[in-house]
Amino acid sequence: MARYLLRRLLQAVFVLWAAFTLSYLVLFALPSDPVSVKLGGIDSTATPEQIAAVRDKYGVGDPMLVQYGKALRNALRGDFGHSIQTGADVRGTIGDALPETLKLTALALLFTLVLGIGIAVAATYARRNALRQLLLSIPALGISMPGFWVGLLLIHVVSFQWQALPALGNQGFDSLILPAITMALPASAFVAQILAKSMTTVLASPYIDTARAKGVGRARIHFHHALRNASLPALTIFGMLAANLLTEAVVVETVFSRAGLGRVTAFAVESQDIPVVQAVVVLSALVFVLVSLVTDLLYPLLDPRVAVAPARRAG
Amino acid sequence: MSASHRFAAVVSASALALTVSACSGAGDTTAPGADAGPPRTGGTLTFALAIDPTCVDPQQYGLNASLNVGRQVVDSLTDQDPATGEIRPWLAESWEVNPQATEFTFHLRPGVTFSDGSPVDAAAVKANFDGVVALGAKAQVASTYLIGYEGSTVVDPTTVRVAFRAPSAQFLQATSTVSLGLLSTATLAKSPDERCQGALVGSGPFVLESYKQNQSVEITKRAGYNWGSSLWGKQGEAYLDKVVYQVIPESGVRAGALESGQVDAISDIQPQDEGRFENGAYTVLTRPNPGLVFSIQPNLARPGLDDESVRQAIQKVVDRPELTQTVLSPKYKAATSVLAAVTPGAVDLTSALAYDPAAAERVLDAAGWRPGSDGIRAKDGHKLSFDVVFAPAFNASQSVLELVQQQAKKSGIELRLRKVTASEAVTVVNGGDYDFLFGNLTRSDPDVLRVSFSTKGANRSHLPVGTPLDNALDQQAQLGDQTARFAQVAEAQRQLVDHGYVIPLFELAQVHGLSAKVHGVILDASSRVNFHDTWVKG
Repeated sequence: MARYLLRRLLQAVFVLWAAFTLSYLVLFALPSDPVSVKLGGIDSTATPEQIAAVRDKYGVGDPMLVQYGKALRNALRGDFGHSIQTGADVRGTIGDALPETLKLTALALLFTLVLGIGIAVAATYARRNALRQLLLSIPALGISMPGFWVGLLLIHVVSFQWQALPALGNQGFDSLILPAITMALPASAFVAQILAKSMTTVLASPYIDTARAKGVGRARIHFHHALRNASLPALTIFGMLAANLLTEAVVVETVFSRAGLGRVTAFAVESQDIPVVQAVVVLSALVFVLVSLVTDLLYPLLDPRVAVAPARRAG
Repeated sequence: MSASHRFAAVVSASALALTVSACSGAGDTTAPGADAGPPRTGGTLTFALAIDPTCVDPQQYGLNASLNVGRQVVDSLTDQDPATGEIRPWLAESWEVNPQATEFTFHLRPGVTFSDGSPVDAAAVKANFDGVVALGAKAQVASTYLIGYEGSTVVDPTTVRVAFRAPSAQFLQATSTVSLGLLSTATLAKSPDERCQGALVGSGPFVLESYKQNQSVEITKRAGYNWGSSLWGKQGEAYLDKVVYQVIPESGVRAGALESGQVDAISDIQPQDEGRFENGAYTVLTRPNPGLVFSIQPNLARPGLDDESVRQAIQKVVDRPELTQTVLSPKYKAATSVLAAVTPGAVDLTSALAYDPAAAERVLDAAGWRPGSDGIRAKDGHKLSFDVVFAPAFNASQSVLELVQQQAKKSGIELRLRKVTASEAVTVVNGGDYDFLFGNLTRSDPDVLRVSFSTKGANRSHLPVGTPLDNALDQQAQLGDQTARFAQVAEAQRQLVDHGYVIPLFELAQVHGLSAKVHGVILDASSRVNFHDTWVKG
């Protein structure tokens, strides 16, 4: 187990380094530079000396390897410098934005789980075929609805017409609900689809027949035996969804006028604000690595067979 | 964002334009409030911005969202009458300009202080202008107003003399802009980054309380403010206690927020949302942006576009009224010149810009451009097929250009739309790889023409040196006498249109929506909002 953990840890470090380096290379390969974007082009009044001075300040005039080395060294110390566009300390920018996005993502994940599991269980538990088919078609519908559109619909109906919940900004828990639902709808549809499929498979497997033959109750079979075994594939998806939610946050935060990491990211990418993009990429990689690590560590808890294999090998 | 070059950054210029202006030619510059009873003191106004200000220092940033915040916090030496273009007193009670337009002496109003208590005196004015020059390229707009700045002299505490190495007729108007608004000396000592993030002290009627990126800006009333512009309706302090700017990027949500009462006013209503506010329960406050209208600017170094008859033909195949009637709204006007009609010195060239495809085709036929099998005209193997580089900063840009594309195609000219991001635009423009650039530039002084078309500048159009146009642009910059200056300005506009050096399309407008309880919002000469006279009922 220790060796397994160590290997995973080294993998994580490699992923972080690769994310940093790749994003650096990509940003460097782009034909323009952030100082030009900020200064609005090399115009008649910005003398070459002035532009050089600004470039010097942000170090974008140095050779790529020098810049890369500096950036990597600083990043290892957790220092991502200053945003070229806003002038703010990148750590501060991320520090302000990240908690907002984490809160949103956490609530969205909760809704995803409740909805996703709820639909899958209800669909597979339903006795009547028509109802089952109806429930099973919900996920496909959920996946096909664009988040942008769902968000606007919720804002206009729930917030503007019913005045039930705030649609705008970062104003406490209430303002989290609609954006979290917006993010949860497609995600939960995904979870529901995977879970319903694997539950159907599990429910058809021989050990369930055995359990039935032994007279175990329908509900107990469904929730105890089937749901537990069927949740493995869904859990894998769930780890990916957690990481994907950051991408989703770009759209949702714009629609709901929320300050958060998504908005910061969108603006930084648009303006090639290298220090901010770097920090966001490393952070996203970190989140992805952590989520998949946690998912992997959860596996043995759900399925003892997963834990047995590496333990045996370890001797 | 660069004021100095209209097309220098298609993106930034359009962003600037977006935020910059709004005041219909009819002079719809203040919200009607006649039937609302007497103005009330107190209350909070919530105003939705379409974009995050990014940087709230008006000396550094040219984005409309920043300037619509900065205007309330900093005062200027002078103000400009939006109706007449005249320069009027504000912090400077009077001024003298020497005949060569190289020396400007301002006599300051005594007893004015910044909100940190320090005096607004001649030394502070000098420190500000020196500071803008020191910021250099970082002062995107302001630095362009101080080209050729020699220095300022403190004559006495209330008298400051600003000198230029060469004539700079535009400078007096520049002192009325928020970009050259005055900041306290303590603010000038801060780093540019700190200032951007909100360490900003001015002498304006409001004080900046907080700026949260992507979220909100809060400003509160400055107690004891008593040095307002001579153009404002109310003297003394502002009516409002507080203004909260909220960033709401999605236009439909912004409109819905106003309709549902979650905000009191919104900026940047999109043409498709305007209809929602035309039922009397709202005020739609609008004013065209002064300065260069949205245009396509040809690159004369490209084959085909080096032929004047081709450029003249393109001038004629654009049906400008159709642009505003079909894809925009009545708030936007068809271009009547290179300059928007509200710009001081603008002349009406409607007849030269009339839609006349038959004449265009005659010109092309005569020049030997014959339609090919695909309908596109060609000569010596060269096709009349050009790309138009644009960045999607103004929402309706693409639909406008698509219509222009259809109009041109009828006469055998192919336009290919090339959409780029802000960062790509800079590269494309600097690399010279374009046939046409689409953009605009807001400024309430005709010097904006020289900034964009003088061959001594970046010369994005690759215009020939030493033409009558070049001469007119130089002359207007040096003439202190307004009549003589505007004669040169008129000449420059005619040259630009007649030779097809630029194809004007439409005037951008600022369109704001106000709920029925909001009164007295001013749109200044640059079409930026000013909340000094603003009050809310209930």
